This record gives sequence, structure tokens and C-alpha cells, in this order.
Amino acid sequence: MKLVDHFQYGLNAPICLTWELTYACNLACVHCLSSSGRRDPRELSTEEAKAVIDELQRMQVFYINIGGGEPTVRPDFWELLDYSIAHNVGVKFSTNGIKIDKARAAQLAKTDYVDIQISLDGATAEVNDYVRGPGSFDTAIRALENLAEAGFAQPKISVVMTRQNVDQLDEFKAIADKYGAQLRITRMRPSGRGADVWDELHPLPSQQKQMYDWLVDRGDQVLTGDSFFHLSAFGEALPGLNLCGAGRVVCLIDPVGDVYACPFAIHENFLAGNVRSEGGFQQVWESSELFTELRQPQTGGACASCMHYDSCQGGCMAAKFFTGLPLDGPDPECVRGFGEQALAARDMDTLIPKSDVDHSRSAPRNSRSGKAPVPLTLSIARPDRACETSPLAGMGASETDSGLLGIPRVPVAGS
Amino acid sequence: MSTKDVAAAAGPGVDFDPGTAYRCSTQVSLRPEPFGALVYHFGTRKLSFLKTPQLVEVVKGLEHHPDVHAAVEAAGVAEAERPAYLRALAGLAASGTIEPRS
Repeated sequence: MKLVDHFQYGLNAPICLTWELTYACNLACVHCLSSSGRRDPRELSTEEAKAVIDELQRMQVFYINIGGGEPTVRPDFWELLDYSIAHNVGVKFSTNGIKIDKARAAQLAKTDYVDIQISLDGATAEVNDYVRGPGSFDTAIRALENLAEAGFAQPKISVVMTRQNVDQLDEFKAIADKYGAQLRITRMRPSGRGADVWDELHPLPSQQKQMYDWLVDRGDQVLTGDSFFHLSAFGEALPGLNLCGAGRVVCLIDPVGDVYACPFAIHENFLAGNVRSEGGFQQVWESSELFTELRQPQTGGACASCMHYDSCQGGCMAAKFFTGLPLDGPDPECVRGFGEQALAARDMDTLIPKSDVDHSRSAPRNSRSGKAPVPLTLSIARPDRACETSPLAGMGASETDSGLLGIPRVPVAGS
Repeated sequence: MSTKDVAAAAGPGVDFDPGTAYRCSTQVSLRPEPFGALVYHFGTRKLSFLKTPQLVEVVKGLEHHPDVHAAVEAAGVAEAERPAYLRALAGLAASGTIEPRS
């Protein structure tokens, strides 16, 4: 059996685990996949979070992707970061850069096993701030400057690809080069508040091809979280595993300890359990009903007869779900156009699922302070999440090696 | 992570000599999986995979044997498969997963 087939049936522990530490965020990005904004009073305490880290260490989860919300606004964030690293669970964290001042950058540069991902959704303030909110471009650039100045080796710049920024791919690469960073681009999903702006923001069909061509050209220098596997149907497969890893090699722990199949699937249909329950995270991972089901062989459904099914695997589960498409049919961005047909065929009776988990700061809440709320034309932020579907960029190439080894071309922790 | 760790973990792959003693790197952890094992190198932060349980046994056994050949034999690798195993081990030496032991 090929390695990728083993992955379909699930591993003893996740390879790519995203852990959102808080729903609180200083920004309110219009496309936030977890509808973050306000802290949830039920969020895991410092001690509970440490217990989860202990469990991940026992399960040999060697590194995690931490996000939020904005994880660094949690007062115990740095304590948890140190605790995790000290327990052999390496950390990559996503941030909008708000807390990465010069002192913090210098401290991080001295810390092993930590990786930083700065979110940036436009190569110019105009494009970025349109989705991430006023001032967020400057905040991100300042964080990159501070990290570069402190000598932090190769942070990541993480970009969610939108209709408005596809033309800026070369500029993003130039920004990454300027700050000694590595560029990471990922696919926008209609998850969280992303559902509200999907029609306006998701790349047009012609832009899908543009991204594919750019990745074929530059893919070896750019990380993707393997999130563009639906584009492999354009031709040559992109580097990566080309597999939806949800519940198989990927999962999400949300701030209140709920375990979902993937970071883009915060919805009760994809909720496998909670780390606070008896048996903890391990039991959820190993034997929850949902994950067991996801590890069954996939049939391909309406896509099974398509000649490209082997390369795109029907695309992204979350993208289908949150646009009201059946999970066993084409992805809404199917490169052959079947997704658009399916979207057009939706009628009044089509139920488009909406997550009941929403921490958006939709109303002013600082009435006690006496300060007037700052009016924002656009809402703001949370770092786009860590790992997308499969983290194993480069896996495909290894299948032919010796037959005994699988060595990804890039560090998976940085996928 | 600092760049010096990456450089230090690059390993002595070109000099792989199966007639000498090796061990699994002290910076490496193996996680058992249905297909074999997942390998994580804390220095390079690279993930790789040992795709047969027998290769896992060889890698784990290296430190108990005077040379690589002995570890391969002890794991019961069939004669015909040994060249492939040695190639795989050379790859592991190049990536720093296994390292010479004195």
C-alpha cells in the first residue's frame, strides 16, 4: 500500500494539529474562518492547556500549529509556548503581529523549535486592509521588520488567496525575500465569516489557473499547506499529498477544547468530541464516531467517473459543505466547472449550513468605559489558520525514492 | 530555531559506511504507525517515514550492533532486499536520522 493510502485510513496521532487558543482577536477580518472576535468564557485554562500539551507529548505529536483568534493576546500565551517546547511539542504560531515588538522578537530569535507565521492578505495596505482591517498591514510589516532585525530565521508570511490579491503573487514573494521570510499561500474557504464574503472574495476561474501556473513555476519555494490540491486537475499534480487530511492526519482543537475534523470545519457536523471528556484528546482521535467514519474508503460519489478524480479527490470537504453542495460531489471551485454548475443548480430549498459557533464582535461592548466604539468600515482579524488539509508538501515525490522511505521535500512543520 | 541547528543536523550522509557502527540520532523520535513509523528530527524539524516495520526494527537495532550489516541481518531482512535497505539507510544517514556511533 502506498503511504498516501495509509494516511487515508488514519494515523496513530495527527501529523498536522491546529490548536486555536482563543476566540479573542484584536482584528476582525472579514473572511475569518473561525468567526473570532470575543473570548469565550469557557476557554481552556492554563492548567487545562498544559494537560493537553502533556497528552500530545505522550502521543508523540511532535509539533502543533497554534492560532486563534489572535493567540498572543492570551496572557498565558508565552508561558504555554515555553511549556510546549520544553515538552518536545514544537510550535508554529499564526499571528497578525500585534505583540511582536523588538523585545519579543529578540526573545523568539533565541528560542528553538518555534516558528512564526505572520498573516498578510495583501501585498499593499490597500488590498490587505480591505479584508483585515485598517492598520493591519503596517502591524504585520512592523512584526516582520522586528523579526528580521532580531535575526529570527525564516518566519513565514501566510497569505489567503483572494480575487483581489492573486495579481500580487510576485509582490508577496518580494516582500518575503526582503524580510528573509518564506512565503506561504493558502486557499480561501467559505468557513466562518468567510461564508459571508465568499462570493466577492474567492478567486475567479481564470485566477485559479493563474495560481496553478504560478505554483507550478515557483512551487518549490513556496509553502501551500497542500491546500490547492483541487487545482491538480489542471494537469501536473502540485507538490504535496493531494489528499483531504480531515480527521485522518489533520484536526483542530478549538479554544473551548472541542475537536473538529479540520480548522475549516467548525460546525457541529464535524465535531468529534472534546478534550475535557474522559479519555481526553487521545480517545477522540482514536475512536470518535466521526473520525472513524472519515477514515473509511471514499467512493468519490458524483466525481467518481471524472478522469481527474485521482488528482483532485473531489476537493475540499469544508468548501463544499459551507456552500451547500453535497460532500460526495464536486468542489465549488472544481477546475472543470462542475462546481459552478452545482452552485447554479442550488434552489430555494437548498440549505446552506451555518456554524452556530460565532464569536464575532458584531456589537459595541465597551459601554462601561465611556469611550465611543471606533467605527470600522470593515471588520478585522484572526490569523488565517495554520495547516490546511494535508501538511505533507512534497510527499508525492518521495513515493518513488527507495520505496522504503518517505521524505518530504520541505519541513512539514513549515507547511 | 536557529540556523546553526539546521547545519549541525545535516549529517554525514556522503560517508555512509555500513561496515561501521551507527545509531538513531539522539535528536530523532520514532512514532509507531500502521505502515512502519513516522520519523521526526527535532534539529531539522523534518518529518519522514519508515515505510516497513522491518526498517523500523533495523533503525532501532542499530545501536545494539557493531555495524549496519549486523543490524540488517538481526532484523531478518531477506538477502534479496538488503541492497534496498542499505540504500534506504544511506538516505537516513544523509538526512541525519541515523548517525555514526563510536
